[in-house]
Amino acid sequence: MDTSRDAYWKANIRLVTGCLIIWFSVSFGCGILLVDFFNQFRIGGYKLGFWFAQQGSIFTFLVLIFYYAIHMNTLDRKYGVRED
Amino acid sequence: MDLQTLTYITIGLSFVLYIGIAIWSRASSTGDFYVAGKHVHPVANGMATAADWMSAASFISMAGLISFLGYEGGMYLMGWTGGYVLLAMLLAPYLRKFGKFTVPEFIGDRYYSQLARVVAVICLIFISFTYVAGQMRGVGIVFSRFLEVPVDTGLFIGMGVVFIYAVLGGMKGITYTQVAQYCVLIFAYTVPAVFIAINATDNPLPQLALGSELSDGSGYLLDRLDKTLVDLGFGDYTSPFNDKSMIDVCAITLALMVGTAGLPHVIVRFFTVPRVRDARISAGWALLFITILYTTAPAVGALSRMNLITTVNGVDGSGTSYAAIPAWFKTWENSGLLAWYDHNGDSKVQYAAGNAFAGDGKPAFAGEQRGKNRERVTSNPGEGEPVGNAPFANEVYVDRDIMVLANPEIAGLPDWVIALVAAGGIAAALSTAAGLLLVISSSVSHDLLKGTFTKTISDRTELMAGRVAAGFAIAIAGYLGLHPPAFVAQVVAFAFGLAASSLFPAILMGIFNKRMNKWGAITGMLSGLSFTLGYIIYFKGVFIEPFAANIPENWILGISPEGAGVIGMAVNFTVATIVARNTAPPPPHIQQMVDDIRVPN
Repeated sequence: MDTSRDAYWKANIRLVTGCLIIWFSVSFGCGILLVDFFNQFRIGGYKLGFWFAQQGSIFTFLVLIFYYAIHMNTLDRKYGVRED
Repeated sequence: MDLQTLTYITIGLSFVLYIGIAIWSRASSTGDFYVAGKHVHPVANGMATAADWMSAASFISMAGLISFLGYEGGMYLMGWTGGYVLLAMLLAPYLRKFGKFTVPEFIGDRYYSQLARVVAVICLIFISFTYVAGQMRGVGIVFSRFLEVPVDTGLFIGMGVVFIYAVLGGMKGITYTQVAQYCVLIFAYTVPAVFIAINATDNPLPQLALGSELSDGSGYLLDRLDKTLVDLGFGDYTSPFNDKSMIDVCAITLALMVGTAGLPHVIVRFFTVPRVRDARISAGWALLFITILYTTAPAVGALSRMNLITTVNGVDGSGTSYAAIPAWFKTWENSGLLAWYDHNGDSKVQYAAGNAFAGDGKPAFAGEQRGKNRERVTSNPGEGEPVGNAPFANEVYVDRDIMVLANPEIAGLPDWVIALVAAGGIAAALSTAAGLLLVISSSVSHDLLKGTFTKTISDRTELMAGRVAAGFAIAIAGYLGLHPPAFVAQVVAFAFGLAASSLFPAILMGIFNKRMNKWGAITGMLSGLSFTLGYIIYFKGVFIEPFAANIPENWILGISPEGAGVIGMAVNFTVATIVARNTAPPPPHIQQMVDDIRVPN
């Protein structure tokens, strides 16, 4: 593996790791493990922990995938590994 | 026009549409048949993935499940969406770069082993058939409820339609049919939801209505629901861990996420887009289209629970006399999904916590016999004792599936909405069934015939073999739908655990761990699969009597069989790593292949 491909792979792993930390924090963190803590706070009629478990984490997942996909396109160009 | 005619016309038109699309996009090569020629636009693929993914269970049962579980319903919502994050970042782009036709083909090539490929085919067929039997049953049930034909007739009609477009069109036909089916099902799901959201809260967006104040001025919907449920002796709606422990909620959520990412019929959809970057963004589109339904479902769940309680117990909360109960109550009572036993003899219908009926809580009807209030007579009334501080004993049995199917009637919506819901339920079941049948047939014709046993067959013969295999798979799925083994309903949920513990780790390590070799992967898949299967059978007794009571005290770490995939996955990773360390590393050309799939060009 030449150096630019190697660097591309490392940058990719960094990005994915960051995204997965957020993925874990909103669902398992805010939605399950710390749900009682977050349930002390409210937005509108929602207890916050309940909101994370039933809606908030889903919206976060959505943002994460689009962020990842767009950021990867930048990495593809930066390291010269873009297709066609 | 009466409701039934309208329903026939709506469903008939949707079938004409699906078959028309299949004829327009029929497959002419194996590439078309397996992966739609890799020409599918990422947005279209996202829609097709959403329809592929959302089954009869998502459409009909999920909102009902949430409405009875409350907070714990979140494990299904997070579990069945969080998997797409894993799919987008860990699997889809690399498998697309690999650029072949099937999941077992990747495992066979990456682990340079026919044995690994055959093991993957076995995992795939086991996962997919348990899943598809439930779908065919779903088609039959929707037909029988809305068109009043026998379940079996409905099943044959469904099989016929899937046969036409799956066999003729292959993946190409299925893809564009699924796009149409997504449009039908999402429209059918959201229209009634918007109506009931406006009725209850004046807020047309169900996602916001769930957190809004009720329009009758009695405060926030969720607060009101919490209080109402507690007054009736239930656990409150929004508090965590009423039904399951924290560790079990974590395990089930993770098993569903990883299982989703490991389901072959979902993975293979990402083989159909033109480029690696299309595979990444396509997963985002898929999740967007899924999110529309999955964020509507909790609102439907909470609103329909509230509607049910106020309709049955009346405005003053003392119950409604059976003579004055709305017509939908009697319609669903006739279909056996609702039942009433007048425990306190006051001729009023009352709903509270506890089982109204003895045994497993389901009513045993005494034929079509009618009681003194003209209600259906049942032969197994329960004790009739109030639970907690409830003012009366529960007298009503409610099947959870009613929540979505009866919603339009409960909210008093026009007939065309009800007809649309029927067409939506069928679209959801057919689209998932077709996707599953395709991965089964392609693993038979491509992985077993072309890849393992008769390597010399031509493209034309392989295409014919794929079509014949699809025909056989439909026949077997139909048979399972007609004669559902008693365990099908439970096993469908376990398909996720099996996918999580077998295919997902093998694919993941194939991409991210260059040192993983064939012996590690094979022993890992087999040990993960057999552990999960064993754990389920030990507590649930799928073919035999269970070995131990299915209670938290007996479970490993307090993880129920539904979450067993997580332990199975850990077993898989551990066994694979230990075995791979003690056997020869993969040959250089395989390590080169891993380097190649890691970059897009």
